[in-house]
Amino acid sequence: MEHEEILHRCFRCGFCKLPSDYGSLNCPAYLKYRFESFSPGGRMWLIRAWLNGQVRTDPRLQEIFFSCATCGNCVEHCIFDKFRESILEAFIAAKAEMVHQGTVPPPVRDYLTRLLAHGNPYKMPQKKRGQWAKELGVPSYTTDAEYLFYVGDVGSFDGRGMEMARSVARLLLKLGVSFGILGENEGSDGNDARALGEIELFEHLAKRNIETFRQAGVEKIVTLSPHGYNAIKNDYPRWGGNFTVRHYTQLVDEILTPDGFPGQAGSGSVRKATFHDPCYLGRHNKDYDTPRRVLDRLPGIERVEMPRNQGDSLCCGGGGGNFFTDLVCSGPDTSAAARVTEAAETGAQLLVTACPICTVMLEDAVKSKNLEQRLQVRELSDLVLECMGG
Amino acid sequence: MPFMNALVDIVGADRVSNDPAELFIYSRDSGAQPPGRADYVVLPKTAEEISRILVLANRDKVPVTPVGAGLTLSGIVVPERGGIVLDMKRMDRILEVDEINRYVVIEAGVSQGALREYLKKHHPRFQHSTPEAPPTATVTANALIHGHGHISPRYGINSDMIAGMEVVLPTGEITHIGACALGGKWFSRGPMPDLAGLFVGWYGTTGIVTKISLKLFPKPKFRQVIVFQTDDIDLLPEAIAEIMYLDMAEDFFLIMQEKPDWMNHCFLVVILSGHFEAELALKKEAYQRLLSNFKGDDRISFVANLHPALEKRFLDVPPLAALAADFRKGGGFQYTGAILPIDQVPAAWRRGIEIAHKHGMVCSYVHQVLLGNSIMFGFNYSFNRGDEADIERARLALAESNRTTLELGGMIWKGEKSAQQMVLAKMEPHTARFIRRVQECLDPNRIMNPGKWEVP
Ligand SMILES: Cc1cc2nc3c(=O)[nH]c(=O)nc-3n(C[C@H](O)[C@H](O)[C@H](O)COP(=O)(O)OP(=O)(O)OC[C@H]3O[C@@H](n4cnc5c(N)ncnc54)[C@H](O)[C@@H]3O)c2cc1C
Ligand code: SF4
Ligand code: SF4
Repeated sequence: MEHEEILHRCFRCGFCKLPSDYGSLNCPAYLKYRFESFSPGGRMWLIRAWLNGQVRTDPRLQEIFFSCATCGNCVEHCIFDKFRESILEAFIAAKAEMVHQGTVPPPVRDYLTRLLAHGNPYKMPQKKRGQWAKELGVPSYTTDAEYLFYVGDVGSFDGRGMEMARSVARLLLKLGVSFGILGENEGSDGNDARALGEIELFEHLAKRNIETFRQAGVEKIVTLSPHGYNAIKNDYPRWGGNFTVRHYTQLVDEILTPDGFPGQAGSGSVRKATFHDPCYLGRHNKDYDTPRRVLDRLPGIERVEMPRNQGDSLCCGGGGGNFFTDLVCSGPDTSAAARVTEAAETGAQLLVTACPICTVMLEDAVKSKNLEQRLQVRELSDLVLECMGG
Repeated sequence: MPFMNALVDIVGADRVSNDPAELFIYSRDSGAQPPGRADYVVLPKTAEEISRILVLANRDKVPVTPVGAGLTLSGIVVPERGGIVLDMKRMDRILEVDEINRYVVIEAGVSQGALREYLKKHHPRFQHSTPEAPPTATVTANALIHGHGHISPRYGINSDMIAGMEVVLPTGEITHIGACALGGKWFSRGPMPDLAGLFVGWYGTTGIVTKISLKLFPKPKFRQVIVFQTDDIDLLPEAIAEIMYLDMAEDFFLIMQEKPDWMNHCFLVVILSGHFEAELALKKEAYQRLLSNFKGDDRISFVANLHPALEKRFLDVPPLAALAADFRKGGGFQYTGAILPIDQVPAAWRRGIEIAHKHGMVCSYVHQVLLGNSIMFGFNYSFNRGDEADIERARLALAESNRTTLELGGMIWKGEKSAQQMVLAKMEPHTARFIRRVQECLDPNRIMNPGKWEVP
C-alpha cells in the first residue's frame, strides 16, 4: 500500500485529534465515536495491523476507515513533520485498498455505484445538470467567456446546493464577470470519489472533465465548491489538466469594491458574522484570508471568530464523501452540532460559509440543536448579494 | 443475559464494542511491552454506569482495566487477562473551579489540554501542575500514578495535589474521599484517615476514580528559562541541593544528549517565574550568583545564548516532549522513571550511559528534580516500532535500568509488570503481603486490572 512505510512511525500521542490550543476534539470521526480506533493515531495502527494480517476486514473496520472526513486536521496538527503530510494520503490509500478488494460499507458502495452509473450520486439524468440555471440568464460556456463556472454535483442537484449555485451565478453576473456554464456537458469533479479511495473512478471522471474543458477551449475556471476547486487545482494537472482555477470567493475578492454597496454603508444595524472555513478551501488549500476579506468588506457586518478557526477549524463532517454516505453525520455527537454550538457561543447571528456541503450540514445542525432563533447559516455569495441590494 | 447484552443495557450500544478493531487498539499501548487481550471496550459516562459494570463484572468474574490516554507507556493499561477495558475519556466534564479555595473538580477523563485551556480562558490567574506528556493524557490518571508537572519542583508531585475524589469501589459502591464525603466543598482531603492512598499508585487495582479535585496554583505573569552547563557530574548533587535550597525555581530539569556534540554536556535548566518583571530579574540574578564560581574553577557556566528552540521547549506547557522522545525516529519510546535520592545522580548518570551503549543506543536524558527530596531520573529508550529486535533491545535496556534503580536505593515509577515484580521481590515481605491484603479486601474477586502489583 502507498505510504505504508510511515504507519509504524505513529506514536499514538494524539496531537492529531486536537486543535492547536489542545482544548477540544477536532477530528470529526473521533468526536462522534470516541473509541481510539476512530482517532487518526488509531487509524494509523489499525491500517498497519490490517496490512500485517492482525485484523481482518469486517463491517466495523470499514466503518472506521470510511468515517474519516478527510478534514486534514491530523495533517495540520501531527507533530512529526517528517511524515505528517502523508497521514491523510495513507488513510485514503487504505480506503483504496478496500475499494480494490470490493469490501466497502454499503452506503459507500451505493454512492460510488450511483456516481459510476449516472455520473452523479443523485441518480439524476445528465441532461438535468444545468437546470438550476433555468430562468437565470446564465450563458452556456463559449470561448468568448473568460471563465467557465464549474458547479459540481451538489450545486447541480441538491436543493440547497442549487440555491447556492444560483446565488453565486447571480453574484458573478452582477459583478460583470464574463462566464458561462457547461450544463449537461459538465461532469462530476470526482473529488469525493478520490477521498473515498475510488482512485480509478476519480481518474476517469477527471480525464473526462479535462477533455471536455479542452474541447470547449476553457482556460480559466471558477468553482462553486471548494471540493471541485481542490480536485481541479491539485489533481487535474497530473493528467495534463492545467487550468487557472479559482474558488468563487477568490474572484469576488478580486472584483468587489467598497462602492459595490450603494446606499448601504453606515445604515442599519450591525450583524455579527462568524466564518466557518471549509476544509477544502482552508486546510487543504491554505486560503483562510480571502473569504474573510470579502466578509470584512460588507456593510453592516462585524466579523467575529470562533475559537477554532483557520487551521484549527472544526470540519462540518461532510467531507470525504460523508455528506453522501452519512457515516459521521448522524447521532448526538456530530461535529456539525459542535460547530454550530461554537458559532452561537460567539454571539454571532450569522454563520457564514462558502461551500454547498458545509452549508447543508450546518443548516441541518442548527435545526437539530434548536438554534434557529439565534443563528442563521448563510452562504457567502448570498450574503454579499443581500448587502448589494439583492 | 449474555455479557455483551448486559453491557449494552448499561451504557447503550454506541458506547460498548467487542469488535476486533477496538479490541486490537485497547489491547496494547505505545510502549515496548507486549500486548494483552481485551474482550470488551466500554466508554462510561457516569459513576453509576461504572458501578453497574463492576457489579456485573463481579458476578461473572470478568476483569476490568481502566485506561485514560494510555500514555504511561509501560503496559499498565494493557489488559493481561482479558475482560473489559474502561476508556475513561468520555467522562470529560470540568465541574467546578473555586478560585477562593483554589481547587478544580473534574471528571476522570478530562485531558491535560482541556483543563489547561479551560483555566486559561476562564480562570487565567490559576494553573494546575501539567506534565510533559502529550496534552491528551488525562489529568486524573496522571495524579493517580504519582505524576509530576511543570510546577512540581516548587509545589510537590501531582498526587500531593489531590484535594478530594469520587471512587467506585471494585464491588460497585460509590464513595467520596476528603471534605466532599461530608457533603462540603472539595477543598481538602484531610484531616481524616487518608483514604486517597488506597487509590494512588495502585494502577486501578483498587477502584475506579470517577471525579477528582485538584489544588490550583497561582500563575505568575512572567516566566524565563535560565540554563547552566557542566561536565562535572559529581558536582550535581550539591548543585541540585543548592538550587532547591534557594527555593525560587518553578521547574528544574537536567538534560543531556550524546548527539549532537553541543548537547553532550549536562545542562541544568531552571525555569523561573514571577508576578513582576523585577521579581524575575532578582531570581535570575540570585541563581547566576549562586552558580558562578560554584566550588571554584568555573566548573558550572551560565549559557548566555540559549537556542530559541530550547527556550521554547522549556517554556511551552506542555511541551512537544513526544517529538524529542522519538529521537530514533521509529515511533516508539519507553523510559524507566527512576525516583532516586539526589545523591545517587552521578552513579545513575554513568550507569545510564553504559546501559544505552551496551544496547547499541545513544544516551538521551531528561530528569526532573522533585521538590528537594528526589529526582525523576529518566532512563530513556527510543525504539523502532517496525523492528521487533529493536523493541526487544529496548525491553532489555529497561530491565537493566530498573535493576540499577533498585540497586541505587531508588523506586521505579509506573514500572512495567517485570519492574513491579522486581520491586515486590525486593520489598520487605510484610509490606508486600499488606499490599495483597488491601487488594483482597477491596476487590475480593480480584477483577481489577489483574496482573498489576500482583504479590506472588
Ligand atoms: C513524551 C512523554 C512525556 C511524559 N512526561 C511526563 C511528565 O512530565 N510527568 C508525568 O507525570 N508523566 C509523564 N509522562 C507519562 C504519562 O504520559 C503521564 O503520566 C500521563 O499523564 C498518564 O496519563 P494517562 O491518561 O495516559 O494514563 P494511563 O496510562 O491511561 O493510566 C495510568 C494508570 O492509571 C490507571 N487509571 C487510569 N484512569 C483511572 C481511573 N479513572 N481510576 C483508576 N485508575 C485509573 C490505568 O489503569 C493505569 O494503570 C510522559 C509520557 C510521554 C509519552
Ligand atoms: S498521527 Fe502524529 S500526532 Fe497523531 S498519534 Fe500519530 S504521531 Fe501522534
Ligand atoms: S482527516 Fe480529519 S476526520 Fe480524517 S482522521 Fe484526520 S482529523 Fe480525523
